[in-house]
Amino acid sequence: MSKEADFYLRRLHSLLGIIPVGLFVAQHLVINHFATRGPEAFNNASNFMGNLPFVLFLEWFIIYIPLMFHAFYGLYIAFTAQNNVQRYGTFRNWMFFLQRLTGIFLVIFIAWHVYETRIQKALGADVDFDMMANILSNPFMLVFYIAGVLAATFHLANGLWSFCVTWGITQSPRSQTIVTYVTIGAFLVLSVIGVRALFAFV
Amino acid sequence: MSTTAVQEQQTAQKTVQFEILRQDKADTKPYWEKFAIPYRPNMNVIAALMEIQRNPVNAEGKKTTPVVWDSNCLEEVCGACSMVINGRPRQSCTALVDQFTQPIRLEPMKTFPVVRDLIVDREFMFDSLKKIKAWVPIDGTYDLGEGPRMPERKRQWAYELSKCMTCGVCLEACPNVNDKTNFMGPALMSQVRLFNAHPTGSMNKDERLATVMGDGGITECGNSQNCVVACPKGIPLTTSIASISRATTVQMFKNFFGSDHMVD
Repeated sequence: MSKEADFYLRRLHSLLGIIPVGLFVAQHLVINHFATRGPEAFNNASNFMGNLPFVLFLEWFIIYIPLMFHAFYGLYIAFTAQNNVQRYGTFRNWMFFLQRLTGIFLVIFIAWHVYETRIQKALGADVDFDMMANILSNPFMLVFYIAGVLAATFHLANGLWSFCVTWGITQSPRSQTIVTYVTIGAFLVLSVIGVRALFAFV
Repeated sequence: MSTTAVQEQQTAQKTVQFEILRQDKADTKPYWEKFAIPYRPNMNVIAALMEIQRNPVNAEGKKTTPVVWDSNCLEEVCGACSMVINGRPRQSCTALVDQFTQPIRLEPMKTFPVVRDLIVDREFMFDSLKKIKAWVPIDGTYDLGEGPRMPERKRQWAYELSKCMTCGVCLEACPNVNDKTNFMGPALMSQVRLFNAHPTGSMNKDERLATVMGDGGITECGNSQNCVVACPKGIPLTTSIASISRATTVQMFKNFFGSDHMVD
């Protein structure tokens, strides 16, 4: 691919990370939270989402295609960086490093998660409360899923911060600091929602 | 009286320990060499290098080749003497020996091609300055007359950006300036902002923005914000980067939706 196209690809990568992938992640975690109200509430919500009209179209154009572009172009970005947190141990340099680290981990986690749920559904399994309860009864998988949820909420929250800089919304150090606090808040809120849902299955 | 004599003798014998990453030629393997330099009050790293040049003997007492380095102004305005000192890039002229833990480790800024010892070739930056047209074009076939006036407060602000000496420290600090990317570096993004802010320079601002929307431009920035920490001149590099991000966003929409406005 031409290096000249990098500007547009990188901007597309930044945009897709928030719309639609980031919005989808937030929505996904909120829907999962139905699990805290019991198996029936979760199954109802899950059936509603799984039986939306044009569900395949929605899945491909809101989730799979943007997510795959974001994931694979993101891997390329992650592996072109030469991290130096030993030399500059500043907050932002750590965020830069963790953004790439969580990104790489999420590619692995999401691939596994999709295989275990959506692909199994396509093969005839029922995606319901029992399926998740069964997966998360394994302590290793519970830890893996908690790590996955926290990586996703971190990557989204910090991505929101860098989205604001990349598109030139926040310029001054002060505005960037304020958005840092806002995104830390978003990280905490989404993490609590996501992890509570996971523990509802245990 | 005798106490003073002892003290004087001790001061005279005090040495400064250096470890220098040496490289004989551009394509040979680098190696470390240790030096013990007689201490003098208020000495800087360049004074120590001059001492090695005068008496090229390493810490083992063996004669060696003098260490070569680059320097000009010796007052931190030219940028030539930049090197990595105890792990961080900075100018060696303002690096006072008293401020460092010993041994003081000197390395070339390996983001750039090493010519020999501590000398690197920063031509990449100068080529990039040409690419972004880091100047105000005033030449013509006739007298173009006076340009528009620059507001005094804007001039004061722009002066801060103009302190950039192309020293390369921000490129060395940036995780995204490496041989896997063509990123021109934070300093260059700030230079685009400087020349686009100038009333006459802004007449070509679309050309500069087009360059940084191309290969090695603004999009390679990953917001690690090391540059603004590293810059010896305190230039608000991350603010410049975000400002160029906004300018390129606007330019992108202009280009896409077909505005015929090239400038303003």
